[in-house]
Amino acid sequence: MNKRHGGLLYSGSQWDFKLLHRVYDAVEEIALGELGLDVYPNQIEVITSEQMLDAYAAIGMPLLYRHWSFGKRFAREELLYRKGAQSLAYELVINSQPCVSYVMEENTMTMQTLVIAHAAFGHNHFFKNNHLFRQWTRADRVLDELAYAKSYIAGCEQRYGLGEVESLLDSAHALMSHGVNRYATRRRSPREQQARSEARRQHLESTYNDLWRTVPTEPSDTTEVKTAEQDENDIEAAALDLPEENLLTFLANHAPKLKDWQREVLRIVRTLAQYFYPQRQTKMMNEGCATFVHYEIMNRLYHRGQIDEGSMLEFLHMHSAVVAQPNFDSRGFGGINPYALGYAMVRDIARICDDPDDEDRQWFPEIAGKGRSLETIRDAWEHYRDESFILQFLSPRLIREMRLFKVSDDANDEHMTVTAIHDESGYREVRRQLAAQYDISKQEPDIQISDANLKGNRRLVLTHRVRDGKLLEKSEANRILRHLAKLWGYRVRMVEVDAETKRPLSEYDAVSMP
Amino acid sequence: MHVVDRRQNPKAKSLGNRQRFLRRVKSHMRKAFADSIRQRKIADLEGGQEVSISSKDLHEPTFHHDRNVGHRDYVLPGNHEYRPGDQIEKPSGGAGSGSGGSADGDGEDSFVFALTREEFLDLFFEDLELPNLAKRKLKSMDSPAWVRAGYSTDGSPQRLNKRETMRRSLARRIALGRPKLAEVEALQAELQQAQTAGDADEIARLRKLIDAQQTRMRAVPYLETVDLRYSRIQRVPKPTTQAVMFCLMDTSASMTEQLKDMAKRFYMLLHLFLKRHYKAVELVFIRHTYTAQEVDEQTFFHGRETGGTVVSSALEEMLKIVKQRYPVEDWNIYAAQASDGHNFDHDMPQTLRLLEQEILPICQYYAYIEVNDDQWPGDSVLWHGYYPLTARHANFAQAEVATAGEIFPVFHDLFDGKLRSGSNTN
Repeated sequence: MNKRHGGLLYSGSQWDFKLLHRVYDAVEEIALGELGLDVYPNQIEVITSEQMLDAYAAIGMPLLYRHWSFGKRFAREELLYRKGAQSLAYELVINSQPCVSYVMEENTMTMQTLVIAHAAFGHNHFFKNNHLFRQWTRADRVLDELAYAKSYIAGCEQRYGLGEVESLLDSAHALMSHGVNRYATRRRSPREQQARSEARRQHLESTYNDLWRTVPTEPSDTTEVKTAEQDENDIEAAALDLPEENLLTFLANHAPKLKDWQREVLRIVRTLAQYFYPQRQTKMMNEGCATFVHYEIMNRLYHRGQIDEGSMLEFLHMHSAVVAQPNFDSRGFGGINPYALGYAMVRDIARICDDPDDEDRQWFPEIAGKGRSLETIRDAWEHYRDESFILQFLSPRLIREMRLFKVSDDANDEHMTVTAIHDESGYREVRRQLAAQYDISKQEPDIQISDANLKGNRRLVLTHRVRDGKLLEKSEANRILRHLAKLWGYRVRMVEVDAETKRPLSEYDAVSMP
Repeated sequence: MHVVDRRQNPKAKSLGNRQRFLRRVKSHMRKAFADSIRQRKIADLEGGQEVSISSKDLHEPTFHHDRNVGHRDYVLPGNHEYRPGDQIEKPSGGAGSGSGGSADGDGEDSFVFALTREEFLDLFFEDLELPNLAKRKLKSMDSPAWVRAGYSTDGSPQRLNKRETMRRSLARRIALGRPKLAEVEALQAELQQAQTAGDADEIARLRKLIDAQQTRMRAVPYLETVDLRYSRIQRVPKPTTQAVMFCLMDTSASMTEQLKDMAKRFYMLLHLFLKRHYKAVELVFIRHTYTAQEVDEQTFFHGRETGGTVVSSALEEMLKIVKQRYPVEDWNIYAAQASDGHNFDHDMPQTLRLLEQEILPICQYYAYIEVNDDQWPGDSVLWHGYYPLTARHANFAQAEVATAGEIFPVFHDLFDGKLRSGSNTN
């Protein structure tokens, strides 16, 4: 046993604040010194189970504006918890600077150690370094923005009434999944913008001249007029930057009937949606990162003699529960466990770097046997998201170990068909499909605003590009369109068009209710 | 690194969310109550309530794919023996799909959650009220409200408001240029130095200065009577309408335990209702067999007693108590009578006479509840005898309760403010 580190950090299950500090220092030494992690400053907050429920209800945010749906979440979580159907998470971590980690008071000291390693270093490192978080979220501003949102919406409630604000938020929440920018916004330079508007103006002028010339002489020439009208619509669409995938942004900027405070509320909800978007895209990697970090740290603490065998066993018990992957046909199956897959992949990358076999050399020539596994892993955490991570690093060996297989399910067929398994001919297919499964833009309906008429009937047109015949669920779509029509203020139409053949498949129409 | 102990922070952080949530589901909850309350015992009111409501209004829609159309591929873990091309039975209920458009987390048809006791009672007693609560007399009850009413220049010493007093003192001292104690002390120190140095001019100058300062200090006192401010507290009479509720219960032998239990439940509900809504309502419990006696709450709900039935005895007892303690001109009088409907035949004329001529004229509202396990309504002596009264007196109502489940709805009907508002003819 190595006495260099001053023996056991703690013994028994009781924790206190002094121990938390000691453990934190020991964990930090390993995380920064040995694993080379790079984290935001940490803030660890001890809370009660009730406060954890509060945090759940506020979708994990420390402060949030008020809305009935959060009350609903709270009521449901509370009931599940009280009935014992579900236990609370040990921790909750917020992507902010400083990085806030909540730990529960009823945790044992071992759990607190695990949580500090998992959240305060694992997740924290991921938040700080992953390119999606860096690009899309401003960790140093999150808490300020939330505080602003809360007070702004509370002010609106006072000024315009609870009911008004509630129904507006209802509509905004319904569109939340389509209130994100999936790609970096095209930030045009001022000169470019000027050039564009100049081009637009010239185009307008030319059509205007055209009209001027044709109308008096040939008033009956409808085709000419129509193309002119058509032209004008095109210009309008160009001015609105259509097609637009971010419905909330579009409404906030262009809905004709909204008042300024309503636009601002829509922007608040959009900001919130955007904040969560990287989390949804990197859930598996993020959990894998945190799980790998806590596993490494706990093991190193144990080897240094800083935690005893009892704690280690307690930890291993929890760890194995976290990374368990039930089979598809077992009762506990609820999809692929992000902790299990994420952790297994990171371990696998380390193995490929340090101890590859021939297959690995053939599949991963860049990293196999090159060593420097931690560096490679950190690099992957930084530059990938779930989809690309799988596409790049899922190895045949892991496919075999998890016995992954691909099935095809057509609604018209009576059976599902196995189309690829863990064999030579199936690896790539399984990997490609699994990656697609983690691609949110492929999993979520692809809906865009394709046309908006700001002058005539003011109709808004949306297009759903249907892939693989996956149409929208009708009643849900109708409800959302009613919300959309309410915000837009006029009639809204949505067409579902096959992405490949461009054949229209179905059509929705919603009228704005007063 | 900071460790922050947040455990002392307010817990009910999502209280505002919960209020908004309850507001939203109120109409649904009322309906759910009507159903769920039927199976409920009064004792249940003590704890929180679980309510199940339709989730239609609680639904948060999202765009997602229809699971019943289209083509899907997905990867599953844990293959045993399948080879490419194998056919698998589709799982029923859509389980087993690792992907697909199962984005919605709340597809359930009804939503179950727990209400606290307070929330439950609030909702249950919403809209209920004592009918014809006329303002018989505005009288300051023994708890007049004391309210703050600014400051006054005199008052009792314990009401001295130090902050206001010091504010005025400070303003006055600055305005009149009272020298500060520290300044005078500094001068005196200088004087001492001058004395040891033996500088006669300086001594004279300083003496003069100190003299002037001290005179000024005496002229402008630190605290003067004009500075004093006292908190003024005003006694405001709080108008309260006085009301008394008489609970009359038949505890004779014909009332089986089960019937008594039902009657007691009714009164418990009444009790809860009045306690919650009317601080100033007094309750009088009278139980009767062939004689009547006033009892306390405890005995009324938990005591046991049997005997014959003379309803008029209870009415007489009530009149006696009214005469003694609740002058009609000062009090709103209510009564609720529960019985199985039995009465000795020879007592009926006396009962009806008392009720119609003496009690109903002084009552704001009189409710008769017949607890009854197998009979038809109108079959009993009392029901039959009382029936004509309902037509003649708007402040008289009768209702029948045959099963415990009917107690809640009947109670609701009897005290529904909206239903009864038309019959305000007292």
